[in-house]
Amino acid sequence: MHPLTGFIEKTFVITEFELRKLRHDFTELVTRALQPALWLLIFGQVFARNGAMHTGNIPYLDFIAPGILAQSVLFVAIFYGINVIWERDLGIVQKFLASPTPRAALVLGKGFSAGIRTLSQGVIVYGLSLLLGVKLNWSPLALLNVLVIIILAATLFSTFSLVIACIVKTRERFMGVGQVLTMPLFFASNAIYPTDMMPGWLKMVSHLNPLTYVVDALRTCMLADSTSTFGLSFDYLVILVTTTVLVLVGARLYPRLAT
Amino acid sequence: MSDVVLEIKDLTRRFGAFTAVDALTLSVNAGEVFGLLGSNGAGKTTTIKMLTTLLPPTSGEARVAGFSITTQAVGVRRAIGYVPQAVSVDGSLTGYENLLIFAKLYDLPHRDQQARIAEALEFMNLTADAKRLVGEYSGGMVRRLEIAQSTLHRPKVLFLDEPTVGLDPIARDAVWKHLIDMRANYGTTLFFTTHYLEEAESHCDRIAIMHQGKLDALGSCKELEASLGPAHTLNDVFIHYAGSALDTGNNFRAVSAERATAERLG
Repeated sequence: MHPLTGFIEKTFVITEFELRKLRHDFTELVTRALQPALWLLIFGQVFARNGAMHTGNIPYLDFIAPGILAQSVLFVAIFYGINVIWERDLGIVQKFLASPTPRAALVLGKGFSAGIRTLSQGVIVYGLSLLLGVKLNWSPLALLNVLVIIILAATLFSTFSLVIACIVKTRERFMGVGQVLTMPLFFASNAIYPTDMMPGWLKMVSHLNPLTYVVDALRTCMLADSTSTFGLSFDYLVILVTTTVLVLVGARLYPRLAT
Repeated sequence: MSDVVLEIKDLTRRFGAFTAVDALTLSVNAGEVFGLLGSNGAGKTTTIKMLTTLLPPTSGEARVAGFSITTQAVGVRRAIGYVPQAVSVDGSLTGYENLLIFAKLYDLPHRDQQARIAEALEFMNLTADAKRLVGEYSGGMVRRLEIAQSTLHRPKVLFLDEPTVGLDPIARDAVWKHLIDMRANYGTTLFFTTHYLEEAESHCDRIAIMHQGKLDALGSCKELEASLGPAHTLNDVFIHYAGSALDTGNNFRAVSAERATAERLG
């Protein structure tokens, strides 16, 4: 078998079985709905009053709806690595590593499954947006783009999470690092305010933050009338390159979990 | 002499200043049941991790089924099965699904997959429970499923790290009966570590005793007992070579992992 077809096939085998586990646990999907609801219904409503934020020609609620979607994708994905620590404390990681499966397929397969699991957040944010009268773009192409962006973004951040798990190896340290990373990633992005409002140094940081490009891409595709800051293809490029690098780093570090 | 399936030469692994495995040299024949004994911290698990390509050796070399563990890791992985000490099947999948994923990862031909899985379930006496979640299995069933999972692709060598830890005597006997049957049917070489001397005595063709990373004794149980003079038991042999060694022992993580495994299986 050609190494590349082997790699792709094994990636989907890993994804398939990660998703099969989901059948047995739906409570997770429900509890995850709460956070985006709070952000949109409370934070969003308050800051939308009296034009507290200057978001140009789009209303503030419309502005943050894609930001909150990106944020909830980030928050779900960033703790994904805890699963491999759990699987390491059992013997599951070791057994997979002793099999001929390519390491990158183990990493990317898990990332994709996180991506697909996170699609539920898209449904929730679309539902809330409808309720709040956000003007959405319902063209099939736009919806397809949003779907792909959610999957890629969750793959990116869950792989980042897995890389952290491979480095810290224990649950306690992982939770600590996870907490420390999520808020800076979120605040140093264009999720809930335009980068134009930021001081210069923060604006620069936000341009190095992959979440900024996820938000920009989602905003471009989700909203009825919004223009992209960086261009949709550039957003995709940043997301894809970052994910590829993280998968390669993850594949390199994953064997550390067996020792 | 039958074919050598496992050839270890000067295999060494250091962690900082600590030498976990020190110039280990031995070979195992095809179809042999080989037990690796030693007190906690003697280097058994580190040895198995190197042979299963999970941990690179610091120096030395080993060939498993003709493949080098340092330069042909993928070849080694295709030729072996591995049952780690801790629970290695997924509790949130069914027994059948746990086997199916490994059938796919080991590239079993699509048309053979179902037959091979059915055979493995039958062989391990798990057919009736195939569609249940593994989280509901008993400890003995979990171990048998793990062995089924690790042997679906008919490995030449099956590595087992303390396969019966945490099992009651009846479940232990059942696991051993299946392992011995497997060797008889498929000629699988069994390489395992254990703390239970009576297991080594009743099942092993040969044993090796490790002490502080070094190979201290090698031979059949009978030979080793005779080497100490008449009327010695395997227990005497173990104490003679491995010492009381209470001071070495495992670290906290290893001990808690072992206890957790015993609890999950028990």
